[in-house]
This record gives sequence, C-alpha cells and structure tokens, in this order.
Amino acid sequence: MEMVISILAAAVRSGTPILFATLGEIIIEKSGILNLGLEGIMLIGALTGFSVSLASGNPWLGIIAAFILGAFITLIHGFISITLKGNQVVSGLAMTIFGTGVSSLIGKAFIGKTIPGLLKTPFPVLNRIPFIGPIFFNHDLMVYFSFFLVVFLSWFLISTRIGLNLRAVGDSPRAADAMGLNVNRIRYLAVLIGGGIVALGGAYLSVAYNKMWTESMTAGRGWIAVALVIFAIWNPTRAALGAYLFGGVEAFQLRLQATGTSIPTPLLLMLPYLLTISVLIFISIGKGKGILFGAPASLGQPYFREESD
Amino acid sequence: MSIYFRINKRTSSSWLLSVFLPFISVLLALIGGSIFLAFLKVSPIQAYRGMFQTAFGDWYGISETIVKAIPLILSGIAVTLAFKATVWNIGAAGQIFLGALATTAAVRYFYVDNRGIMLVIMFLFAGIAGGGWAAIAGYLKARWNVNETITTLMLNYIAIHLADYFIYGPWKDPDSLGFPMTAPFPEAARLPQFAGTRIHYGLFIAIFFAILFWFIFRYTRWGYEIRVIGENPKAAQYAGIYYLRYIVLIMFISGAIAGIAGMGEVSGLQGRLQHGFTAEFGFTAIIVAWLARLNPISVMLVSFLIGALQVGGESLQILMRLPIASTLVLQGLILFFVLGGEFFRNYRIRFIRGDER
Repeated sequence: MEMVISILAAAVRSGTPILFATLGEIIIEKSGILNLGLEGIMLIGALTGFSVSLASGNPWLGIIAAFILGAFITLIHGFISITLKGNQVVSGLAMTIFGTGVSSLIGKAFIGKTIPGLLKTPFPVLNRIPFIGPIFFNHDLMVYFSFFLVVFLSWFLISTRIGLNLRAVGDSPRAADAMGLNVNRIRYLAVLIGGGIVALGGAYLSVAYNKMWTESMTAGRGWIAVALVIFAIWNPTRAALGAYLFGGVEAFQLRLQATGTSIPTPLLLMLPYLLTISVLIFISIGKGKGILFGAPASLGQPYFREESD
Repeated sequence: MSIYFRINKRTSSSWLLSVFLPFISVLLALIGGSIFLAFLKVSPIQAYRGMFQTAFGDWYGISETIVKAIPLILSGIAVTLAFKATVWNIGAAGQIFLGALATTAAVRYFYVDNRGIMLVIMFLFAGIAGGGWAAIAGYLKARWNVNETITTLMLNYIAIHLADYFIYGPWKDPDSLGFPMTAPFPEAARLPQFAGTRIHYGLFIAIFFAILFWFIFRYTRWGYEIRVIGENPKAAQYAGIYYLRYIVLIMFISGAIAGIAGMGEVSGLQGRLQHGFTAEFGFTAIIVAWLARLNPISVMLVSFLIGALQVGGESLQILMRLPIASTLVLQGLILFFVLGGEFFRNYRIRFIRGDER
C-alpha cells in the first residue's frame, strides 16, 4: 500500500510539467492555432525559471518570469501563424529548434548549479484524507495551482462568454468574424496566455522537479503534451488524467530502475513514447467511430479576411 | 489623414522574390543571431568570420562541408517527398538511426568479404529498416488517421533508445575498453572515401536520389499524384488514387532514403556504430526541405549551405567555447524568416491613403 501511494504521488509530481504544457496547448488550439513548438517553449521556460530563481533566490520570481517570457516567445509563432498566415506545422518545428538552441546557448552558464527551488507544502486538512491526501495534497504549491487551472479551464471554456468566443474563433473564424468578434485579437490572446502556461511546465521541471538546469531537459515531454491534447479531446480534466498516466509510467520506470531489474535501461526509457503511440492509436480508432468531439474545426488553418474592393 | 493598408492574395507568385527569399532569410537570421552572440559577449562579426573561414577558407573546410551535406541531402529528399504529399514525417532522425542499426546488423550477421556485395546488402538493409520504421507511422495514419507528426517523433525517441540498447548491450565491442561502441567495420563494409578527405561515396547516392526525385516530381504521373494527394487528399480519393497504399508507400520510401543516410554515416564516415551517433540532421532536414521549397535540386544547394553553417558552428564550439546547439538558434531563425517571408510572396500589400477609401 505504501508503495502504491508513493508511486501514485510520484505520478502526480512527474505528470505536472506535462499537465501545464497540455493545458496551455489546449487554450492555443481551441483558438484554431496549432502550436508544435511546445518542446522549445518549455525549454525556454525551464531555463528562465531556473536562472531567475538562482539570481533572485526566489522561485516564484523564476516561475513568473518563465510565464512572461514563454508568452512572448510563443508570440513569434503567433505572428507567423496569425498575421503572416504561414505554415503552422513548420513554424512550430522552428520554435522547437529555436528554443532548444537558445536554451542550450544561454543555459551553458547554469549547468551544474542547483537551487533550493520550490519546497513541499502539504495542503492543510486535505492532506490528511486517507489515500487521496498523500497522493494529491502532499506536494508543492505549483501542483495545487495546476489542479486549480484544470477546474478553472473546464469552467472557463464551457461556461463563460470569453470561453465561448474562443471556441467560436477556433471552430469557424468566418462566423465568429461575422458575429463581430475580432478573430486575430482573440487568437493572439490565446497564444500569449497558452504559451505562458506551457512555459510554466518547463519552469516546473527546473524549479520544482529537478531543481537544476540541464540541456534539453524536457526530453520529449513537449511532444507528449501535443499527443495528450488529442488524447484529452481538448478537455482539461482528461488532460489531467493523461498527464498523470504518463507521470505514472515515468515514476514506475524510475522505481524499476532503482530496484536493479534485469530489463536493460534503454528499453525502460522507451515506455513513455510507446505509451504515447498506443494511446494515439486507441484515440484515433475511437475517432473513426465518431467518438471524438471537441476538436476545433479550423485547427491549423490561417484565417484570411477577404476585403471587398 | 491616415494611411491604411490592404492585403490581397497574389495571383501569380513573384519569380524574383522566390529566388531572393532564402538569401534574405539567411541574412536576417544572421543579424538576429548576432543579438544572442552579443548577449554572450561574443563579437558577432568575429564569430561569423570564424564560421565562414572554417567552412570555406580552405579545401579541408569545403570538404568537411560536403561531408555534412551528404546526410542532409538524403534526409532532405526524404522529408521533401513526405511534405509534398502533406505527410508530416518529422521522424527522419529515427529512420536514420534505424538505417544505421540495420547497417550494423548486416555487418554483424550477414558479412560477405566482398565490398560490392556487402555494400548492396547494407544498402538494402538500411533502406528497408528506415522505410519500415517510417511505414509504421504511415500505416497508422492511413488506417486510423493517427497523427503522423507525433508518431514519427515518438518513433525517434524509441529509435534512440533502441540504438543505445544495442550499443551498450549485445553489440558492444569487448575490446573497446568499456566505451559504448560496436567493433569497427571490416574494410569490405566501408563506403570508400575520396583520398585525403572524409567525403565518402554516399555523395554519389545523395546526388543520384536528388536528380531521380527531381525527375519524378517533374515528369512522372506518380510525382503528379503525390502533389494531388498533398493538395487535396479527398479529391485524390475521388480521382481513384488509393490513399492508404499511397501514404504507406510514400512513408516507406521517405524513411528508406533517410535510412540510407544513416548507412552513409556509419559505413562511410564513422566505420562503426557508437554512442553519441546523432541524427540531429534529421531535424535539420526539415529546414533544408522547406528552404529548398521542396525542390530536390535546391535541396542539394541548401544542404551545402546548411552544412557550411554546421561546420562553422563547430568552429564556434572550439574557438569561442559556445555549445554546438548554437547553430540551432540560427537554424530556427532562418526557418522563422523563411516562413515570414513567404507572406510577401503569397500576398500583396498595398498602402492607401485614408482619403482614398
């Protein structure tokens, strides 16, 4: 029992960076913009979070800085996708390449340094609930913030006027435009805020999870998040489910390595990626049967407003 | 009185812009990159001059640039083929790994002491392995519409760990003093190199494929059908093009070419499979393909330029102690500027004074 609880608690912790990235991407994709640059944005978030925490001695300043810089970096992708109507797939890849490069270039000075980082803060009262408490409420504040974000976004996307507008812009920009919505402005806002939240995922890795910076430390988590958005059918609650599933695989694999299993490490390291593919197949088969909804209808398509002469 | 501007789609693309866009993009990227260099207190002019001199300053530099260009051409063609059909194969890196693994397997288990025969065996192994790896994603896409961007990428990570498994495990050279690498290939399993350089005969394979696909795209029905699939998959189906088979086939061939790039690296260049064998150029191939506007002949030219950028980047690492990933910054910027620049090729912007409205 102890063992199960500790693995599940570790699953929540290692799932949190992926969860932030997935939630951020859901916001962006809901507006109709496909952003494949998560890996790069997360790396920039991770480096910003770490370096600012190190310099200021305050992890929260690092996390806030990561949000701001992440938002602005994603704006490059937004500008190319929204204003310049460029190819969103390639622009996202450029973002990944750029973010990987910039973070290793600037991050070189920070390799080998450590920070105290975010400390564990048991959630009062709730942490004493048996089973649930130690799994979900014995973490740092960013984990609780991610819970809040899941609940908030679920409500925001479905039940608020702005959420409705966001979905309208992603589903049918032309209709949204006719309704009097400013398509480009809403898309830019989604890119800014979503990008910032994606960067929080990176910052969580460096400030709370590893408490240090290493080159390319995201190790594909950004891409896993892209897959999770599809798995979650753009639904924040399902995103949490998926992120913890992946966190669980990571925790399980680390535990297995520590016990000195005879399975070679490289094969264990494949697990999350194999799982991603399996999950995608599973989801896509369901989609073929018409189970999928929630996908923004105009995802990845630039909106061109023809003006009549 | 204020000035407004209107954006209209261009009816015909400007020839002049198409030619100059890549050059302007590279130039702007270099300027953008200089901001980062200045941030690190490195003189951009000195850095770029160093890069240029290393890549083009002498015959050795040029030969090294060609060495880098060989796998870029091959994987660039691989990506071009897939992108033409709007199949987002971004897993060239994984397919390269599989090609390298299969080449090594051929040397280990099917060794023939005759260079000609051995090279053909390795070529087939690398092609089938890289192609098969990519075809997994192709089949999933065609059968259940599984997003190929993600599957090809996940297959990259799996391939890297698979290679590690063999390099650290069953294939590790017992005489390597613990270094994670396979035993060196025997002479018959090496692609020959030009005397005095590291340029290997993979160059001929690369040029052959570039010309072959240029011809296919331009003159054959098959090349035409790939374009139709890319532009409008539904119309392709109505026109009787069998989508499923095509996607799998395109992915297979795309992956096969990338796999052969992997063979060139282990058989022509390194002579063994070792840890740290990177297929980073699998990503760079995307930049190459896009910069070349999916034209196989341009892929050769662009590969040479990007190869020079990489050779120059390595000099930054040695001379200025910058991490090798610095060139990624430039590559990302180039791609951003190319994408941004395409706007000016596709759209016409007219400025109009307020009172004309």
